[in-house]
Amino acid sequence: MPLVSEQTMEEMFENMVTARHYEERLQEEYLEGKQPAFDISAGPIPGELHLAAGHEAAAAGVVQHLRDDDVVTATHRPHHVAIAKGVDLERMTAEIFGRETGLGKGKGGHMHLFDPDVNFACSGIIAEGCPPAVGAGLAAKKRNTDSVAVSFLGEGAIDQGAFLESLNFAAVFDLPVVFVIEDNDWAISMPKERVTDVENGSKRADGFEMPGVRVDCDDAIEIAEVAGEAIGRARDRNGPTLMEVQVHRRMGHFMGDPETYRPEADQEAAADRDSIERLEADLRDAGVTDDRIEEIRTAAHDRVEEAIEWAKEQPQPEADAAHEDVFVNPMNGVTDSEPDFEAIGGDD
Amino acid sequence: MAESKSTRELTMSRAMVSAIAHEMREDSEVFYMGEDVADYGGIFDSTQGLREEFGYDRVMDVPISETAYLGAAVGAAQVGMRPIAELMFVDFFGVAMDQIYNQMAKNTYMSGGNVSVPMVLTAAVGGTYNDAAQHSQTLYGTFAHVPGLKVVVPSTAYDAKGLMHNAIRDDDPVLYMFHKRLMGIGWMPAPEGPKTPVPETEYTIPFGSADVKRAGDDVTIVTLGLHVHRALEAAETLADEGMSAEVIDLRSLVPLDTDTIVESVEKTGSLVVVDEDYRSFGVTGEIVATVADESLGALESVERVAVPDVPIPYSRPLEDEVIPSTKDIVSAVQRTQ
Repeated sequence: MPLVSEQTMEEMFENMVTARHYEERLQEEYLEGKQPAFDISAGPIPGELHLAAGHEAAAAGVVQHLRDDDVVTATHRPHHVAIAKGVDLERMTAEIFGRETGLGKGKGGHMHLFDPDVNFACSGIIAEGCPPAVGAGLAAKKRNTDSVAVSFLGEGAIDQGAFLESLNFAAVFDLPVVFVIEDNDWAISMPKERVTDVENGSKRADGFEMPGVRVDCDDAIEIAEVAGEAIGRARDRNGPTLMEVQVHRRMGHFMGDPETYRPEADQEAAADRDSIERLEADLRDAGVTDDRIEEIRTAAHDRVEEAIEWAKEQPQPEADAAHEDVFVNPMNGVTDSEPDFEAIGGDD
Repeated sequence: MAESKSTRELTMSRAMVSAIAHEMREDSEVFYMGEDVADYGGIFDSTQGLREEFGYDRVMDVPISETAYLGAAVGAAQVGMRPIAELMFVDFFGVAMDQIYNQMAKNTYMSGGNVSVPMVLTAAVGGTYNDAAQHSQTLYGTFAHVPGLKVVVPSTAYDAKGLMHNAIRDDDPVLYMFHKRLMGIGWMPAPEGPKTPVPETEYTIPFGSADVKRAGDDVTIVTLGLHVHRALEAAETLADEGMSAEVIDLRSLVPLDTDTIVESVEKTGSLVVVDEDYRSFGVTGEIVATVADESLGALESVERVAVPDVPIPYSRPLEDEVIPSTKDIVSAVQRTQ
């Protein structure tokens, strides 16, 4: 009996092809309006855009073990993780297009997606998703539930204080947290070996006496097996795990990144190693038919196209809305008057 | 980098880099640390060409460890080197706030002046390109607030070079805040204005010397950074309506050139302060209070134009709503008359 069932393989494949097609389509939409000269603030999707093509297996393999009540924090490169977590694709897309009906009413944008229905959040600051994931683990422990939290981060983030402090906090309080390093070899223009003295980021776990494990390729099935063990350990209240997964950055750090610092061979190698093709071959080996694979692909493409089409039809936010949502309670808190103790005749 | 003419037009980034390169050639104790500053040349072109000339030892790509490398700059400065450390976005200050606010800014004072911290912290600031709440702030007020940091904000290539020479030579910590939109980056078109003639020779611009970028009699517009150019554009529009606006570019917040501001307000009677930072507890309030302290009687009318107290939103119509536009400046001036 394999650890990963055929159904799980299909689900992961569906997530991965959805995420890949999503990123490819966003790339097209983003670049539209930025021709002939690339102007970051022009076009239907303004601002920065960090796409995750080549990272899909990490999200699909890990997140398929999670429930809606489990918390996930992701990074500035969040779409594949959000898709795997079941974030509302239409409202997420509307957010990326800056529309009123987006997840954050157009206020957050692509690096700042929040979907509380499935407990998903991300942040644009390196490693700063780690502490909130630890907090979710702390809440699960205090409330005596079997929820877990997973924090995704890049290999560039493992030198950041917030990450190292989070490992210690999760370890010392035995919290149900799994840290997942997506190692794509590049922190913008910095190759890992020039800024980090460990080749295997999961070794960071040793200093905190927690399990650390690295998956050396972006094989979704192997990732799912390793993640299953880590998440199971967290759910059974046996403490945190640090795992690292080798992924590949198929596009630049952000759209418009000229990648002049990156050797061509490295770019080609990233393009050659395709976790989706690998999983597709595994599905065939498991006896899944060509028709079924095509059916999954078509459904994923249609879903992405519908989400983008829907998002583009959504209205732009009204300018006045910029002033709302700084707080959820009124500025004066939960009351608008002090008690009149004399009138109630109380207290002294 | 041989130039044939003694003065040539440069983008703000080229001017900044030319001052850094000059100081690095003159003084082997000067070095530059930051994320993506070597091979990439700075995400906002702040270090273009430096690695090619000075090599990796003096133009160092660092791990994503702001506390460590900003703190290392403090430490290296305290033993006499002259480091320049770069925060890729000023918004990333949070992860290294202690090194900035409690070490860099205070060690001189706590040592009774026996320790100096001759470093420059460069940081990209500003919005207008839909990068949302964690990548679009200016945070001028945050850093001008803490005692112990000199805070510099160039708005033109000429100023950028002179201020950078002074920043590197100064024995105190200087925060050098450059606006992304002014740098002249290919993918983020700059407005007219920041690209100016820049002398090839070295020169220093003193901190605390505001620059009257346009003289006028009816109203004083005090601003800095990107909004110098928006204020100048507003002044053009106002001139068509027969109003004469004086535009003062602060160039540094710490020290603040109170004299130039007060002198101008005493002439015009009207003060409009324009800031790309949050409205409350910030630059606009400080300038108005300073003028009130110094010359309350001269103040006939006052307007503040700043980001209302909300984080910078992502979507274009929302960001346009909160970041002061040329039109907002024109309207504010009209309200004073």
